[in-house]
Amino acid sequence: MTKTPVQFRLNGMAAATFADPGANLLDVMRRGLGDLSAKYGCGQGTCGACTVLIDGRPRLACLTLAEEVEGRDVQSPGGIAGEALHPLQEAFMEHFAAQCGYCTPGMIAAAKALLDRNPRPDRDEVIEALSGNICRCTGYEPIVEAVLTAAARLSGSNVAGGWR
Amino acid sequence: MIEAVETYPRLAEAAAALARGGARFMAGGTVAMRDANYGRFGAPRLVRTTDPAFRALSAQGDRIEIGAGATLAQVLESRELAALHPVARLVGGPAVREAATVGGNLFAPHPYGDFAAALLALGAVARLAEGREMPLADLFAQRDRVGLVASLSLQRPRRGEFGFRKLSRVKPKGVSVLSVAVKAPGAPSRVSGAAIAFAGMGPHPLRAAAAERALEGARRDHAGVAAACAAAAEGLSPPDDPLASAWYRAEVAGVQLRRCLLEDMA
Repeated sequence: MTKTPVQFRLNGMAAATFADPGANLLDVMRRGLGDLSAKYGCGQGTCGACTVLIDGRPRLACLTLAEEVEGRDVQSPGGIAGEALHPLQEAFMEHFAAQCGYCTPGMIAAAKALLDRNPRPDRDEVIEALSGNICRCTGYEPIVEAVLTAAARLSGSNVAGGWR
Repeated sequence: MIEAVETYPRLAEAAAALARGGARFMAGGTVAMRDANYGRFGAPRLVRTTDPAFRALSAQGDRIEIGAGATLAQVLESRELAALHPVARLVGGPAVREAATVGGNLFAPHPYGDFAAALLALGAVARLAEGREMPLADLFAQRDRVGLVASLSLQRPRRGEFGFRKLSRVKPKGVSVLSVAVKAPGAPSRVSGAAIAFAGMGPHPLRAAAAERALEGARRDHAGVAAACAAAAEGLSPPDDPLASAWYRAEVAGVQLRRCLLEDMA
């Protein structure tokens, strides 16, 4: 069984590792590269805890073959903050949108994918964007409110936070 | 356990690699990677392709060609496929739709594969990598041994003649108890040549022949569709599983068909 070299950009930095045949991106990020920000939840695409952005689009790292990101740009939840917290992260704190917190990285990644493409989403669009992310504490309302708050701030200001 | 990943730049090369045996093809990965994660991939070699033609969408007149590797996110971004937007939107969340492919949906086991039911109702024809064309009903009957699908071809439905409804227990998204897709030309005055397809009412998406016969010539109103809805489950064999019993599925199939005909095609 031969490992495959995989090179890509992770949060703007060059990343290189070796992947076992059939290994998923989540394993490569967590075990190979030490980025623990995307979480392992179900391993079958049901929970959204492992959501990352690949070339700016939301993807489930547990269902992404490691070789698929060769030469591409991956942003993990840990790479969303810049010098300051991202407005989404600020809003999640303000709205108490994390209870146990396990789903939070995936929620924020999914929300960022939405706001990058649609800076002024309405409530239904936020709910749709998060529909693949499960919060088993069932704290959905604060999460939706946090995303709407972040959207309002991002679209209404020129805040310089250094986030990507 | 997977021993090797083989990536081919051309679909034909991937098909040839598959034909050598001991391999499984992966398109978007929503089913295959799940199996890999759980140690049940079932083959020592994983075969994939980066062929751009495999992901292409094109339209010529009323005819639409969908590369089997096109994702449901691509479907949602295509104006040509506007009729299928409500179907694609009901599949997973955005991250799943970025990976899930149209071709992969044809092979997704229950409770997945709702998009395939819509393609069946629309009369889509699959073109295999070897070049042969195959109606979806034939493909479903032998999908374990049919080989690699390159693309699908279908006629764009006219406004108001296609509808889709998915029943799930979790809102806003959940796996399918069943789904129903209807193409009803001539509606609402007199339906002619209707195609009704269910997912979750058998081992793979199936046409509801008895309901189609009952709908022929009917008006698309409460009284007109009653006979078709009463016959919705006739000839089908819904499964018993943790999502719903076979009895429940048979009971609600007609209700979902009626709502689809009267509410989703308006």
